[in-house]
Amino acid sequence: MSISLDEVRHVARLARLDLDEAEMMSLQGRLNSLLGHFADIEQIDVSNVKPFSHAVSLQNVWAEDVPGATLTREQALKNTAMQRAGLFVVPVILED
Amino acid sequence: MAKLTELTASEIAKGLRKKTFSAPEVTRAFLDRIGTYDASVGAFLTVSAETAIQEATAAQTLIDSGMASPLTGVPIALKDNMSTNGIETTCASKILKGYIPPYDASVVASLKAAGMPILGKTNLDEFAMGTSTETSAYQLTRNPWDLNRSPGGSSGGSAASVCGGLAPLSLGSDTGGSIRMPASLCGIVGFKPTYGRVSRYGLVAFGSSLDQIGPFARTVEDVALLTEVISGYDKADSTSLPNAKIRTNDLKSGSLKGLKIALPKEMLGDGTDPAVEAVLQSNIELLRKEGAEVSEISIPTIKLGVTTYYIIAPAEASSNLGRFDGVRYGPRSEGKGHIGVVERTRADGFGPEVKTRIMIGTYALSAGYYDAYYLRAQQVRAIMAEEFKKAFEEFDYVISPTSPIPAFKLGELTDDPMALKLLDFCTIPANMGGFPALSLNGGFANGLPVGLQIMAPVMADERLLQISYCIEQALGLATQRPPFA
Repeated sequence: MSISLDEVRHVARLARLDLDEAEMMSLQGRLNSLLGHFADIEQIDVSNVKPFSHAVSLQNVWAEDVPGATLTREQALKNTAMQRAGLFVVPVILED
Repeated sequence: MAKLTELTASEIAKGLRKKTFSAPEVTRAFLDRIGTYDASVGAFLTVSAETAIQEATAAQTLIDSGMASPLTGVPIALKDNMSTNGIETTCASKILKGYIPPYDASVVASLKAAGMPILGKTNLDEFAMGTSTETSAYQLTRNPWDLNRSPGGSSGGSAASVCGGLAPLSLGSDTGGSIRMPASLCGIVGFKPTYGRVSRYGLVAFGSSLDQIGPFARTVEDVALLTEVISGYDKADSTSLPNAKIRTNDLKSGSLKGLKIALPKEMLGDGTDPAVEAVLQSNIELLRKEGAEVSEISIPTIKLGVTTYYIIAPAEASSNLGRFDGVRYGPRSEGKGHIGVVERTRADGFGPEVKTRIMIGTYALSAGYYDAYYLRAQQVRAIMAEEFKKAFEEFDYVISPTSPIPAFKLGELTDDPMALKLLDFCTIPANMGGFPALSLNGGFANGLPVGLQIMAPVMADERLLQISYCIEQALGLATQRPPFA
């Protein structure tokens, strides 16, 4: 199992990472080194095995539907790089 | 009398109750020691001296009014991936530089309610992804036993702070061994409780089905006292267990006599240093002398643990780290349109190891690969959990070395991307199965500590601490300090 440079570009796009060619090449090497080990788990028989979910199974974890304490608008905005009129400024999604 | 910074947390607590010294005196002593020695250890990313003194003064008022709990006035250091209201929390990443959380993690709220002053935030591998604390974007942390060596990771700063006498207690987080591994390399006690017994609310998420907060201290008794403070049901964490509180009143009433203990032969691999194996064998002889029965068993899936882990943990991380887009917190880079800004912010903010794991995880979850990798890994995980469950039906405890090698030199294992990852094969199963595991110092190899790992079934945290206390007493090593300073 190995990953091509084109696949690295595709995955970087999915992961929202703007990498330059040198980084792509270096990541390709690191990923292939890890993927080489992935073959280990292909040999084990997993038919009829339910995938793991939780060590102690919990079901239907509900909370009372009542208002509780929340952050103030000022607290929520305290760490943003860009705000305007008490709102987060989001990068442009629709272009002209 | 011994210096304040040489006392265990229990000794400090006793002295505070007897008024031998005051809570502000204790906190000041540790802050002074951090000021003198942390330049050479590099354990702390942030020292919160001012608020620590205020908290210590408030703790003294509690003590004077007779309203103190067992650890009131005992200061603590926190891994920098736990939210602290008003104190910068970076996860040792540039993408969170300057981030000041507006709320406390549930464990932090519990420490504050118990009157425990917070000394500061400790260094870690970036987003807890690593085994040596070398992937931190900010600084190296050094092992107080040998300043040229790594303290282990990812909670390296928390382990080094306790080991070097810069804090009597600290908290770390453990996703694949990140508490136990550095505890082993630093010769102290580190404990990963059963998944769901300590709230993860406010812990910056890495691998949500594996992450668990836990304590570091120099003795099992101190670890038990701190576990009691931080454990308990929390409605803010939907994986929190209803009977989460770990009570340790019976800590000292255990015995090794007649116990059945298993050693999986797969936990002594080709990579196990003979000196580490020798320490383990001497520990086994001691356990037998104390009346325990130790048998070798086989748990075949242990060999697949590292691979399985390096599919599941990055897959969960790639999803969890999706939130870092430069909009709500952290620096924001320039870019073209929404995707351009997000891609640039993430490329500038994450370091190489984090990028690698996000890529691996995204790949394992992407179309066409989900069944082959992620789903299959979760099935292998289920088989592993079942194999351990069977072992625990026959045996009371499972033991192993915590790490196959003692502390390694800084930079020694960074070239090969798998070298550091392969060190986790003894610690990963406890995260996979969610069961509790503890590392304590089992002895020394060429002057460096070698950890003994003790594992117990899910929810058996209380008796795991009890038996660890017995083993610690039999070994008599808890008073060993590094030659440093």
